[in-house]
Amino acid sequence: MSDGRILGVLATHFAVLSLIAVGGANTVLPDIHRFVVDANGWMSDAEFADMFAIVQAAPGPNVMIVSLIGWKVAGFFGALVATGAMCGPSCLLIYLVERTWSRFRAAPWRVVVQAGLAPVTIGLVLATGYIVTRGADSDGLGYALTAATVVLTLATRLTPLWLLAGAALLGMVLRA
Amino acid sequence: MDASRPLPPAALAATPTVAELFAGFLFVALSGFGGVLPWARRMLVEQRRWVTAEEFTDVLALCQFLPGPNIVNVSICIGTRFRGVPGAVAAFAGLMAVPVSLAIALGALYTRFGQVTPVRHAIGAVASVAAGLIIAMGLRMIASLRRSPHALAVTAIAFAAVGVLQWPLVWVLLGLTPLSIGAAWWRRYR
Repeated sequence: MSDGRILGVLATHFAVLSLIAVGGANTVLPDIHRFVVDANGWMSDAEFADMFAIVQAAPGPNVMIVSLIGWKVAGFFGALVATGAMCGPSCLLIYLVERTWSRFRAAPWRVVVQAGLAPVTIGLVLATGYIVTRGADSDGLGYALTAATVVLTLATRLTPLWLLAGAALLGMVLRA
Repeated sequence: MDASRPLPPAALAATPTVAELFAGFLFVALSGFGGVLPWARRMLVEQRRWVTAEEFTDVLALCQFLPGPNIVNVSICIGTRFRGVPGAVAAFAGLMAVPVSLAIALGALYTRFGQVTPVRHAIGAVASVAAGLIIAMGLRMIASLRRSPHALAVTAIAFAAVGVLQWPLVWVLLGLTPLSIGAAWWRRYR
């Protein structure tokens, strides 16, 4: 696929995702994975998991993963196009809503719609967990780290930063 | 100060300028490891006092309800509210300039050094933890559904269709979302 065509495909797909990403960039990660790894073979499961890891460890909003993936697929312009496409349509929508629809705030149907969206979002978040686990874990240490993280996160108030740093260290030492 | 009482209007700061919008959201972008939204709240409600706590909650609810990255939506919403299109552009730029640049820089580093063995091992391990973090987040969220079999069923279907079977998200959502909203409506109004 030529560079121009790749950028076009990236732009189109992320623009569509922008309009269905109710609940944030996290909800569409499974589809980003499907698009980048399965449909187009632009990276492997493991590389996708790496992208996710880097964004989790770095400061900044989660939507950064789109920029990182855009870079990996098509360099500098890939990053810009992917980010722009992911943010553009939804930004336009919210701009229009903010400008024109102040009654929207009190609309009673919002509660029902939100209650309907919540379980879908949760299923998608868990799907992301499943996909990243599949890409990241291939040996005992990987599975142990993932399991330990789940337990420690649910049971304690440990800052994720310690878990991430500790894992990096363990990975380098135990797998050397 | 009692956080539950809204501040009187006089206590709010003057309407921010375009430059201030940029700076405010730049601060937010630089602050947040993992979760930027708490920092956005801090900047908007407590530090710069551009909105009340109640207004922020409203804005957040709107931004979570509409599609798109939540914090990006918040920046557009706030920017538009105070300074229209220039405000929205400034807030967005302040929020995204550093993260996007950082993502590109990290991507370049990854391309260059990502396969160097110790780095490879470290990143792989971090990825395992990142997977665990997301799973934990999902499990925490699912706790809120435990009394609703319909909702749990929807969650299971979404997980299976998108995570396991890897069906395209658009079609799954087009089919599942109306069903889920219908079930929620039925639960509420029957």
